[in-house]
Amino acid sequence: MKEQKLFSKKLLVGAIGDSFKKLNPRTQAANPVIFVALICAAITTAIVILSAAKGVSAFEIQIALWLWLTVLFANFSEALAEGRGKAQADALRKMKTAVKARLVRDGKEILTVASDLKLADCVVCEAGDIIPGDGEVIEGIATVDESAITGESAPVVRESGGDRSAVTGGTRVISDKIIVRITAETGQSFLDRMIQLVEGAKRRKTPNEIALTILLSAMTALFLLVVVTLKPYADYSASVAKTDLSGVITIPVLISLLVCLIPTTIGGLLSAIGISGMDRLIRKNVIAKSGRAVEAAGDVDVLLLDKTGTITLGNRMAHDFLPAHGFSDRQLAETAQLASLSDETPEGRSIVILAKEKFNLRAENVTKLDAVFIPFSAHTRMSGADQKGASGTRTIRKGAFDAVKRHVETLGGTVPAQITGVVETIARSGGTPLVVSENENVIGVAHLKDIVKGGIKERFAEMRKMGIRTVMITGDNQLTAAAIAAEAGVDDFLAEATPETKLRRIREEQAKGYMVAMAGDGTNDAPALAQADVGVAMNAGTQAAREAGNMVDLDSNPTKLIEIVETGKQLLMTRGALTTFSVANDVAKYFAIIPAMFAGLYAASGGVGPLARLNVMGLHSPQSAILSAVIFNALIIIALVPLALKGVKYRPLGAMTLLRNNLLVYGLGGLAAPFAGIKIIDILIVGMGLI
Amino acid sequence: MNKFDFLQILIPLAALIALTPLLGSYMAKVFQGENHLLKKPLGFLERLAYRLCFVDEKEEMGWKNYAVALVIFNLFGFLALFALQMLQGHLPLNPQKLPNVSWDSSFNTAVSYMTNTNWQGYSGETTMSYLTQMLGLCVQNFLSAATGIAVFLALVRGIIRKSSATIGNFWVDVVRSFVYVLLPLSFFFALVLVWQGSIQNFSPYVTATGVEGTRQVLPMGPAASQIAIKQLGTNGGGFFNANSAHPFENPTPLTNLLELVAILLIPSALVWTYGIMLGKRRQGAVILSAMFALLIMGLAGSLWAQYRPNASLGEPEVMEGIDTRTGVANCVIWSVFTTAASNGSVNCMHESLSPISGGVPLVNLMVGEVIFGGAGVGLAGMLVFMLITVFLSGLMVGRTPEYIGKKIEAREVQMSMITVLAPSAVILIGSAVSLFHPAGLAGISAKGPHGFTEVVYAFTSAAQNNGSAFAGLNANTPYYNVVLGLVMLVGRFLTIVPVLAIAGSLAQKKCVASSESGFRTDSPLFFILLVATILVVGVLTHFPSLALGPVVEHYLINAGWVN
Repeated sequence: MKEQKLFSKKLLVGAIGDSFKKLNPRTQAANPVIFVALICAAITTAIVILSAAKGVSAFEIQIALWLWLTVLFANFSEALAEGRGKAQADALRKMKTAVKARLVRDGKEILTVASDLKLADCVVCEAGDIIPGDGEVIEGIATVDESAITGESAPVVRESGGDRSAVTGGTRVISDKIIVRITAETGQSFLDRMIQLVEGAKRRKTPNEIALTILLSAMTALFLLVVVTLKPYADYSASVAKTDLSGVITIPVLISLLVCLIPTTIGGLLSAIGISGMDRLIRKNVIAKSGRAVEAAGDVDVLLLDKTGTITLGNRMAHDFLPAHGFSDRQLAETAQLASLSDETPEGRSIVILAKEKFNLRAENVTKLDAVFIPFSAHTRMSGADQKGASGTRTIRKGAFDAVKRHVETLGGTVPAQITGVVETIARSGGTPLVVSENENVIGVAHLKDIVKGGIKERFAEMRKMGIRTVMITGDNQLTAAAIAAEAGVDDFLAEATPETKLRRIREEQAKGYMVAMAGDGTNDAPALAQADVGVAMNAGTQAAREAGNMVDLDSNPTKLIEIVETGKQLLMTRGALTTFSVANDVAKYFAIIPAMFAGLYAASGGVGPLARLNVMGLHSPQSAILSAVIFNALIIIALVPLALKGVKYRPLGAMTLLRNNLLVYGLGGLAAPFAGIKIIDILIVGMGLI
Repeated sequence: MNKFDFLQILIPLAALIALTPLLGSYMAKVFQGENHLLKKPLGFLERLAYRLCFVDEKEEMGWKNYAVALVIFNLFGFLALFALQMLQGHLPLNPQKLPNVSWDSSFNTAVSYMTNTNWQGYSGETTMSYLTQMLGLCVQNFLSAATGIAVFLALVRGIIRKSSATIGNFWVDVVRSFVYVLLPLSFFFALVLVWQGSIQNFSPYVTATGVEGTRQVLPMGPAASQIAIKQLGTNGGGFFNANSAHPFENPTPLTNLLELVAILLIPSALVWTYGIMLGKRRQGAVILSAMFALLIMGLAGSLWAQYRPNASLGEPEVMEGIDTRTGVANCVIWSVFTTAASNGSVNCMHESLSPISGGVPLVNLMVGEVIFGGAGVGLAGMLVFMLITVFLSGLMVGRTPEYIGKKIEAREVQMSMITVLAPSAVILIGSAVSLFHPAGLAGISAKGPHGFTEVVYAFTSAAQNNGSAFAGLNANTPYYNVVLGLVMLVGRFLTIVPVLAIAGSLAQKKCVASSESGFRTDSPLFFILLVATILVVGVLTHFPSLALGPVVEHYLINAGWVN
């Protein structure tokens, strides 16, 4: 996804147009606060028109104008946020147009269009073809250019079986040929859903937004009552004071007070904040499947991070062979290589490579041997081979210490104390020991090393300040995990992890009341991704994983989990800050409008009454005071649009520090800003002769 | 102000602070069903009550059942009191042969006592028979206070319990607070009052010749027993019309001090109880600090205004409406205490206070009776304010707002806003209607902004279930009796039922683990935030009323205005 400017000219023009379209009362009713403002604008306009015969009041015309602008500004903020999403959606939609599909049916190839494809259809894609829909590679291997979706220019490998079998419609095959089984129906593909999401078409109010809308609606109802009852209050006060206030307290003035008091600032910006929260994630190349997921991200207490790729750089590499007493280096290397041939993990491959480098052992030599290979599985956490020879079957295994230990013991052997010592030394140093056995004998240890990513420790320290616990997930044994955990600075680790223990860990944390986030890519991660409150699936991962998670990271970078959490927090903070600001503003508006309305009460002839003292801002006249407050109320919406779209600045600080800072800025600022703003506007409009 | 004035203010505050933990810890034991001092001697009363009423004390109620039980219980209380007043002429213990009370006054009074408002449109000694006073008013004083405490207990359970469908048993809560808290305290306090000179008899009124040589009728009756609970149960309805300004209700400086402390004792101690039940005493301490801060702010403002020279009358320390026995300091502190709690008893007439000193009680009422507030319901209201504060500010730390591990979501916000909105709405609408309807205008006695304040005060007092009167407003008319009665009902039940709904909703929730990323509700920052939220919500709603009432009057009097 391309980075775009906050305001481009095209976006602005489009948003201005849309803000008028949104005046439709049916659209507007979704936002009670602005809906009330709309009705107020309409009533004021009607009054201006009906009383035009008696002479035009410039004051009332200006009030009506600014009330309309208040509504339009609110609409504009929403339209702008939506427009930014739409621009991205358009770019995505272009990829969908007129894709041809080579459907395979009964062994024959039929040329059709992508939109006619059905679930479980198989299509052939060769170099140059655009993949017609979401699916799974069932045959072949190919390099695919996914830059249209991810923005990443380097092509990725997609192959049948394993964790890299998912392909996305709209991406292009660069080399080789694959057969893809379609897994998503037309209109339901990943691309379709992305378009819907970025467009905001399927946007529903999130739980927190609903709660806030209730609060704002209740406040609106309350202020409606305050203003409606103010009329009899004023009439009674005027009659006992024998003052005539009928010229000052008119319906447009009461309406002005109402619009100033109801929380139009946050009411107007609320949906823009929500939309732009999703948008910020999209610009980080993360697609959230719902706004709810973004909100949940802000609440995360525990981050489950895979060690490999997230905390450590790439993969552990074999570094040394440490034979047991009675075995040679070469013997160990040879056995280890044989045991690793069927191990397709990077660790397994690195052993094969190390054996080749050190002793020039070539894999071809051993493949000629008559052997049954046992591939690595996450369950057994061992790989190996059973080689038939003259002296019976050679059972060769390589794997995690406890797994091999169990294996050897079942065969009647024991693990020598020397090996246990070596394993512990390696583990304590942060390395990974892989134990190699032949029949019931342990013949040595392959030492694998991890490299912790630079700067990751500092990120974890930030997380801790934010109150988020990081848990490293690894298949390593306890000691290894502990050493790396200490080096990387995570708070806790889950060693010897299997998909089941991962899932159990998530459930345990949740039972304790924590919100858990995790990233994953494999099919076996799917249950955990679904269970986690925030599950970020890697785009390079399997279709199952992408379905299970509630977010997809297009860059397939698990470290991004941290940024996702920050974005979620930023979204909630922006909402809170602007609500506080909006409510705090009311104090100044009261001080502008109430003295303006009642300055004449109990006034000696020609003078001003006692309540004129409440005009602490020294505003020029009752009319200029009211108009200034209304103008301020409208302009503040526009002034805060960039903040709503960008979000308030987030810094990883403790909750109480954050609260104090935000209260100072948005609470006290919200109290003080309108006093200054209204005064300045008053000076300007009086200076320009508008009043 | 001299040093004796300061002493008279400091002593009750110190006494209150000293007694709060004692009573608070005791009540925690009572309400958690633990062993306590009075369990053995009074336990038979609790068991008797359950047996007589066929209550299974082990039964747990969901919030709806709890609310239904509460409403039915109150409905019967209302009907009994209403009937008693309408029929008192035919009933015994009526030596003065007082006639049946009018239907509208009966309605108003029955609602008033049932809702713990104790607004009195009538005058005790000329309206109510001894039977009505004892069996009707006095009993409701106990029951309405117990009801309030039950609401608080339900809410606390909602906060404490995890994934629970129930919030306790209403009958058990009412019986325990009655048997172990209200009854023994009132019994003891009544004895002290009698010792000090309050009356407690069934005698006919006495005619006596005073020192000035005029013959006067001295009303009699079982006063002491009713005064004790009226002070302790945040009721405030006086046995006599003059309330605690009457020598038989408040005979000596000692009774004045004790009655003053009694006003805030239970509401204040309940906060302590809350801290213990929650297992977070700091949380209780923060709430208490907020309450005391608001109390002292009001007190300081009121004292400042009352001790200022009055420009219109040209004299310092206006004594009009203030009993010479009590003096200005005692009157001001009582007026602030009685409106901070939803008590409403008075020892001087609020209408006679200077505009700002009369405005402080009004502000105390307007912020929603949460500065201590009514027994139980005051703290419940404060907790609702905490939920709103948590919601408004919790977002600012970037998390879904939560309080004591419970997420504050749409349901809680909705119900919280109803409890804020409902009383405010009836205050605004009721005042506005009365200020233009002839029936409303007919009751206003003072001219200028003071008359305006009379009306707003009456509706605020009724809606917030305080019951203190600004005085001056002739409210014993069918119009005011009915309208204020309805306002009291809304103010009581449209806050209690939503609070129970919140309790039910919170009880069902899982508990979110407290972590550093949430913000702490037991910190000094939260204390400031809470006080600010209460003032901002209250003041934003009532800014126009305050401007047109006390504020404009204050400026007028400073300018020497005489109407």
